[in-house]
Amino acid sequence: MIRVVLPHHLRTLAKVGDEVQVDLNGSATVKSLLDALENKYPVLRGTIREHGTLKRRPLVRFFACGEDISHESADTPLPDPILKGEEPFFVMGAIAGG
Amino acid sequence: MSSVRVLVGTRKGAFVLTSDAKRKDWKVDGPHFAGWEIYHMKGSPVDQDRIYASQTSAWFGQIIQRSDDGGKTWNTPGTSEADLRGPDGMPKGESNMFVYDGIPGTHMWYDGTQHPWEFKRVWHLEPALDNVDHVYAGVEDAALFESKDGGKTWKELSGLRQHDTGPRWQPGAGGMCLHTILIDPKNPQRIFVAISAAGAFRTDDGGKTWKPINKGLVSNFMPDPNAEVGHCVHRIAFHPSKPSTLFMQKHWDVMRSDDGGDSWREVSDNLPTDFGFPIDVHAHEPETIYVVPIKSDSEHYPLDGKLQVWRSRSGGNKWEVLTKGLPQKDCYVNVLRDAMSVDQLDPCGIYFGTTGGQVYGSSDAGDSWNAIVRDLPAVLSVEVQTLQ
Repeated sequence: MIRVVLPHHLRTLAKVGDEVQVDLNGSATVKSLLDALENKYPVLRGTIREHGTLKRRPLVRFFACGEDISHESADTPLPDPILKGEEPFFVMGAIAGG
Repeated sequence: MSSVRVLVGTRKGAFVLTSDAKRKDWKVDGPHFAGWEIYHMKGSPVDQDRIYASQTSAWFGQIIQRSDDGGKTWNTPGTSEADLRGPDGMPKGESNMFVYDGIPGTHMWYDGTQHPWEFKRVWHLEPALDNVDHVYAGVEDAALFESKDGGKTWKELSGLRQHDTGPRWQPGAGGMCLHTILIDPKNPQRIFVAISAAGAFRTDDGGKTWKPINKGLVSNFMPDPNAEVGHCVHRIAFHPSKPSTLFMQKHWDVMRSDDGGDSWREVSDNLPTDFGFPIDVHAHEPETIYVVPIKSDSEHYPLDGKLQVWRSRSGGNKWEVLTKGLPQKDCYVNVLRDAMSVDQLDPCGIYFGTTGGQVYGSSDAGDSWNAIVRDLPAVLSVEVQTLQ
């Protein structure tokens, strides 16, 4: 069970609370986590990654264990504390504007 | 007993304003989708409880919302339990999937170079006249999409974007947006659209093929002021009973066509400035039109701090100023292109929203105005439903 913290606007869109939980079957990478998240909450498709290309949207960032992993390959394995549920995986909206 | 529902899209959410036919006392409901930009909402002429909304964010992209109960509750189409899984078991979630048909190609960028077409947002949603699940979407970068399943999936009507002139279309200051969609009620195969800054276009075959309809427009900022495309058309409007007579608020100039856009002539006449964004037509008088003059393309606010609506009862040329109830000093708001609408009551009601967050309404065809609400976020769009 992976814990995921979504930004405020995606929580209201998906009608969920501060944190959601998703199960991974097979590989445990950023890509498989986002696949599982979108599978559970289809309304999030296109909001974190672009439709089709699955590229991260420019103003969305990913954090794991205090590190910004936004620029890591989507096939990068998730850290152990994320896999064990000790730490949540953060999807954040970049700070932009005033 | 009739009543009125005003759908207001703002920079920070959607608001629904309702009143009985007297239009004196208003209930303000919202914000819906708090914190999101709501570019446009519009109700279906087939079912007044069906409303489509364009919800958008620079961070999280485009969302389409739909209400089937007159705006009380909303859902993204295609995410009900019955819709969740496709034949392959994967989630659909395609109501925000706007993918250009084929290889997108390029259009002209601000510096004159070619730039790839990139989807950014939906500016305008236009429900079809005869089918509650059929709706058109005008998007940035300029293209026309349609959905025939209530917004669950979208398909581009690519004949427009792939017109020979496409590589010469250029964004205006607000982006290269398709912001106006008019469906001819006498012939739904005929659709008019307007694009900043490409101009106006018409199809006579339901969207397969298109022709630019910009003859008579003069844009002095262009190398060829009379060019076939490149004009910054801010808005076009018609009266449903007279769909071959079109009115246009251009970047500068108020224009009129009596031949379905084949030719245009200027009808600005005594307007204090002919720059502006919205233009609309009285519900019962096809020759009565309204504009909100704005000082200039560099100063997007009313002249001398006085907010004025101007009305012509002769389809242009002879304009009268309407100020009763509107601020006549220190007012420096703008009224955006999709932020004016009319109801179907008698006398006709006129409504517009400002970038300062006010929504003004007139229940006497513009003779006098009241602020329905004063302190909303900047208003992007206003649409009105007359409920039976």
